[in-house]
Order: sequence, then C-alpha cells, then structure tokens
Amino acid sequence: MGSTATAKIVALPMVDKHADPEPVETKASAAQMSAAEIQVPEPEPIPTVSLTKVFLGLLGYVTRERMITALLACISIGALFLFWYLGTKYRLEFYIRFKNVPTPYEVYQQLTQVGLSNKYLFNIAMSVRRILLGFMIATIIGVPLGLAIGKYERVRDFFMPVVEIMRPIPAIAWVPMSIMLWPNNEASIVFITFIGAFFPILLNTIHGVHSLDGVLVRAARCLGASEIRLFMNVILPGSLPHIFTGLAVGMGVAWVSLIAAEMISGQFGVGYFTWEAYSLVDYPAIVLGMITIGVLGLACSGIIRMVGVLLMPWLAFAPGGRR
Amino acid sequence: MSMTMTEAETHKGFIDVRDMGVTFGANDNKVVAVDNVSLNVQPGEFVSLIGPSGCGKSTLLSIVAGFVKPTRGEALLDGKAITKPGSDRGVVFQQYSLFPWLSVRKNVEFGLKMAGVEQSKRNTTARALLDLAGLLSFENHYPDQLSGGMKQRIGIVRALATSPQVLLMDEPFGALDTQTRVVMQEILTNIWQQFRISVLFITHDIEESIFLSDRIYVMTARPGRIKAVIKVPLPRPRTAEMTDTPEFMNLVQELKGLIREESLAAMAPEIKDRGLSGFGMKVGPKGVGEIF
Repeated sequence: MGSTATAKIVALPMVDKHADPEPVETKASAAQMSAAEIQVPEPEPIPTVSLTKVFLGLLGYVTRERMITALLACISIGALFLFWYLGTKYRLEFYIRFKNVPTPYEVYQQLTQVGLSNKYLFNIAMSVRRILLGFMIATIIGVPLGLAIGKYERVRDFFMPVVEIMRPIPAIAWVPMSIMLWPNNEASIVFITFIGAFFPILLNTIHGVHSLDGVLVRAARCLGASEIRLFMNVILPGSLPHIFTGLAVGMGVAWVSLIAAEMISGQFGVGYFTWEAYSLVDYPAIVLGMITIGVLGLACSGIIRMVGVLLMPWLAFAPGGRR
Repeated sequence: MSMTMTEAETHKGFIDVRDMGVTFGANDNKVVAVDNVSLNVQPGEFVSLIGPSGCGKSTLLSIVAGFVKPTRGEALLDGKAITKPGSDRGVVFQQYSLFPWLSVRKNVEFGLKMAGVEQSKRNTTARALLDLAGLLSFENHYPDQLSGGMKQRIGIVRALATSPQVLLMDEPFGALDTQTRVVMQEILTNIWQQFRISVLFITHDIEESIFLSDRIYVMTARPGRIKAVIKVPLPRPRTAEMTDTPEFMNLVQELKGLIREESLAAMAPEIKDRGLSGFGMKVGPKGVGEIF
C-alpha cells in the first residue's frame, strides 16, 4: 500500500490540475484517500492568497458595477423630474396639457405642510396595514396550496378549474361583490388586496414545484425522507426562488388593487387621500398622493427582495443567477 | 474512524435480482426494456453493469433503488423484497443531485437528519466523511461553488453517511471530463477499500468498469439481457499503474468485442434506414449515381 500511495500523490495533481480549480486542495485529499492508515489528517493548506485576490477583484468589480447602476438610476429619475419641471414651468400645451399640473415646488410645499400632519400619516398607516393583512393572508394560503397543487395531481385536478376561472377576474372587478360579501368596509378592502396578491403567489409557487429537478426528490427519498420531511426539506426550499418571484409580483398587484379599492369604496388610505384631493381640486395633493404610492410600493418590493437575499444566500452562486 | 464498518457488518448487503422483466407502455406501444435478467452482488463485492445505451441498465438500477417496479421477477436485498427507496441503499446519480440550498456539510448530513440523528452527531459524522473526501475545508461552501469532481465526491460520501449496506451508482462519472474521471475512479476505489460495502455500478466506460470491479455483467442491446459475466482477477488495492498491464489490456479487448457487437445491434435499424454501406449494406444495382 505504502509504495502505491506515494506514487499516486506524485501522479495525481498533474492530472487533476486541469479539472479542479483548487489543485492544492485536491492534492491533499488524494494523499488522504490513498493513505488509508492515516486517520488524523494533517492541517490542509488553504489557498489564502489566491482566494483573497479573487475576493478583492470581485469586490472591485461589484462596487464599480454598483456605481454605474446608481448613476444611471439618478439620471433616469432626474430626467423625469426635469421633464416635469420644464413642463410646468413653461406650461406646455401639446396634446398633453400641463396647465393644471402643479410644479415640483408646489408639491414639495404640500409635503412640508401636510406631509407630517396626522391625517396624512394616518392614511399611510391605514394603507400599509391593509397591504400587510391582505398580503400575509395571500402568502399563508397561497404558498402551502401552491406546494400541494404542484406536488399532487389529485389536488391540482380539484383546485385548478376554480383557479383558472377566478384568475382572469381583476381585483377591481371584485369591488362590488366584496362590498356585498364582507360585513364592513375594512374587511372588503383587505379582501380585494388579498385577491390581487393571491394569484401571482399561488401560480409562481406551483411553477416552482414543477421546475424543481426530479433527481433531487429521488435523492431525498433514497436518503430516507418521509413525505412531510420531503416537503419541508426539499420541495419548499427548492421552490423558494419562484415563491419569492411570486411574492414580489403579488406585492405589486396588491398595491394596484388596494389603491383602486380605496378610491372606489374607501375611507382613509393613500388611494382615498389622492381621490379626495381630486374631488377638492387640490392638485398638489394629487401628485403627493401618487408619489407616496410609488415610494411605498418601492419600499415593499425592496423589503421582499432583501428578505429573499437573506433567506436564499446560495442563489449568489447559482449558474445564471443573481450576481 | 466511526464510519469504518466492522467485520460482522460487511456480511450484509446481498443484492439478488431474479428473472427480472420490465415492460413499458401497453399493447402496440409496448417496449421490453429488460428481459429475463438475473444478477447478484455478493456482500462487499463491487459489481459493474455495462452495456450499450438504452439497454435498460439504468432501469435495473432504478428497480434496486426502489423507484421502479418490475413487470416480472423480483429484486431482493438480504432476502427481503425491495418495494420503495430507503436509506439502506445509498444512490449516487449522474447529475450531481446535491441540494443547492444546503451547504456542503448540510448536504452530507441530510440522510442522518431524516433519520432523526441529533445535530452534534450529524456534524461529527459529516465532517469525518468530508475529510475522507478531502473536502473538509469546503464544508460551508454551497454546491454551486464547487467543480463537478468535487460535487460528485460529496454525492458519494452523502450516500455513505447513513451507513447503507449497498451503494448504487448510475454512471456517476459520466458528466465529468476524462482527467477528472480517472482521478475519481481512484478516489472511489480507495473509499470502497475502506468501507467494503456492496456496490452496483452502472457505466458504459469499459476501462472504468475493469478498474473498479470484481465482476462485470455485460448486457445486450434492447431488450436488455445478460450477455456475459466477466470476472476481474486484478489484485486489490487497485492502482493506476495496473491499467498498463497485459491482463488489463486483455480484459479491455475482450469487453470491447462484446460491447461492439451489441452497439452495432442497437444501431442496426438506423444504419439500415440511412442506407450506409460498409456494414454489409448494398447500394443498388446501378450504383450511387441513381440516387441523385
């Protein structure tokens, strides 16, 4: 054994160098493999220098990329504001009319006047509460149902006909029915928000289960996974990237649905605030309401994306995945 | 080392496949994938199954793994009929099949976690196995950060973590490049040397099957039958130098002849359809010019 082992240690790195990116590591491993009698391994040499180099290079690459991204974001938002500013300054009239559109400064003034008023903040709080409730219920129902539909043919056969009929009905079309169904205004608005978020979450979860590599399920079964453990340890984490796509899309649709519901049937909320401003001919408040909706929507998707990155650190290394 | 098996335990892991037949589809679309196959793997024996593509060798492995039910015959493990997948049979797939959301160590721990082994014990076992695979310093990496050869080494030790009686390997090195593959064969033969459990190894690589195995079953083209059983008399432990010996070369020649017949048989319909000459086909009375 001894002579063959030494021969292998010499021979292996030459062959393996082309195959594995960590030749130092493989050499050490080969030494252990062949020398079966050595039970306690020697400390393995860690290629610190090259790793640090790679890491620094990567860091430099990322920050440069990020700077360009941030710069482009500033330019794009700046251009929008510039267009708005110039349009209102010169009161442009070319098919679209800037006659009644408030200037950025007027909106800014509006913000400083009402921005910190209790009424404005209360409207925001109401909208956020409704979103959180509707979105959470949609997630709690949509994800488990989606996993079950994706996994079991019978469950799919039972639920999919209903889903396919309900899915094309936009949340706004639910407003009259929702007012009839639910005992109070608040419940009906939360329901409409729920409807908006539910279908993207459900369908993306189903898609997540379907796109899960079957060999992973077979591997888990070979390793002794029972049905419930298979769900918790393989199907759920394996579908997680698609589930988060569903959550992000669902959050967007939830906001659209919420604002529409608040405008039609609401009391309080950012949608209500915006529509009330229109009724009262308070033009700067309309724009303030719109910007508020935009910022809140952005913040909500941002939170979802952040949670996604924290929950799925492995995606940073997935081929073709997030960089 | 805790994972090394004692003498008594090595006597388990007897795979017995009897009069196995597998038919897919029904009536007119019926395809006989495997026909009347009997084979066995003795406890602690390394057996390869080799044959042309589509001969049903992977189907046979799927039956022993418990994924597929045979149409006829039965597969037994230590005298008990195999009905479903279980951790008494470790399986290594060609596609690496590591869970991308788990770190390398958590992947190796998976089977133990499913068996309800406590965290600290799982950790110790997984680290010992990763050390064996030479990948201990990568325990906190994700599979997507590793090369194909590294992933498959983890796949092998993950399958060994639950101390199975047999290891089933479905062309485990098929996706690797030639250099990595040769190294992986040496690593596998060394790991096997330590565990001494029964292995059923599917491959279409002749040298690979000779280098690793005690016995080789050669299968025919579809419908898959056992064409020959070859004993490999090379001593253990196997080393890379053995591949240059005359004994090894002779075995390669013998197997090449057997496989070539079957590969030609498997492709015969296609070759005939295309009217290629050189395989005993005729070109037509007026020569090739008639075709154009």
